[in-house]
Amino acid sequence: MPVRIDKNEKRMTAYIMGEIDHHSAKEIREEIDANIESLLPELLLLDFKDVTFMDSSGIGLVMGRYKLMRTIGGEVKVTNVSAHIKKVMRLAGLDKLAVIEK
Amino acid sequence: MKPVNEMKIQFVSRSANEGFARVAVAAFFAQLDPTVDEMADIKTAISEAVTNCIVHAYKNELGAVYLTAKIYEDRRVVVTVRDKGCGIEDIGKAMEPMYTTCDTGERAGLGFAVMESFMDKLKVRSKVGKGTTVTLTKYLSSREQDNG
Repeated sequence: MPVRIDKNEKRMTAYIMGEIDHHSAKEIREEIDANIESLLPELLLLDFKDVTFMDSSGIGLVMGRYKLMRTIGGEVKVTNVSAHIKKVMRLAGLDKLAVIEK
Repeated sequence: MKPVNEMKIQFVSRSANEGFARVAVAAFFAQLDPTVDEMADIKTAISEAVTNCIVHAYKNELGAVYLTAKIYEDRRVVVTVRDKGCGIEDIGKAMEPMYTTCDTGERAGLGFAVMESFMDKLKVRSKVGKGTTVTLTKYLSSREQDNG
């Protein structure tokens, strides 16, 4: 599984691992969404520490979770992004949508 | 100008090949010793181009994706990604950031925007019903100063 979920109080952390592209995004997305729906967190933290590659599919992944979290009144934060991933996210203006830490 | 080195691959439009394509191109260009950033830019752009073939060109079918990578003397690298899929009706519209025909809400519509911003040149040629060719060019920085 390319994602590990941790729940702490009202915060859910998704540790994403490996490469995020169109091929891998579906499984990651389904795993995160299933957990959001059962845990109903107030904050979703997407941890990119172990992500080795990301293309624009990663932008769709963050945007889609942002929308889902908004429907349950929660927010999304993105953390531990490498310079390359930050570059892809900035291109999409994701830094304005979700808080990117570090 | 003729390329100094060149490679061609062909693969089926299965999504598992997105990773294969970008890694194959990166491995080929490794002989130029590009920077980590340059390599990441190229891999990302290839990933976008190949994903377009899989998601759009061959939307409801499997088809062949033809990829060439060329190295020129001035450290210019050129990659073409070609398909014989449905083609693009309005290239200008397709290249607009955030424009997507994908209705699942999970695609950002940024494929061409990424290719354009991460490479130095992007050319798209397409014919409806015939297919699309995307040509990506990047000028790699000189590595000479690293030797001295």
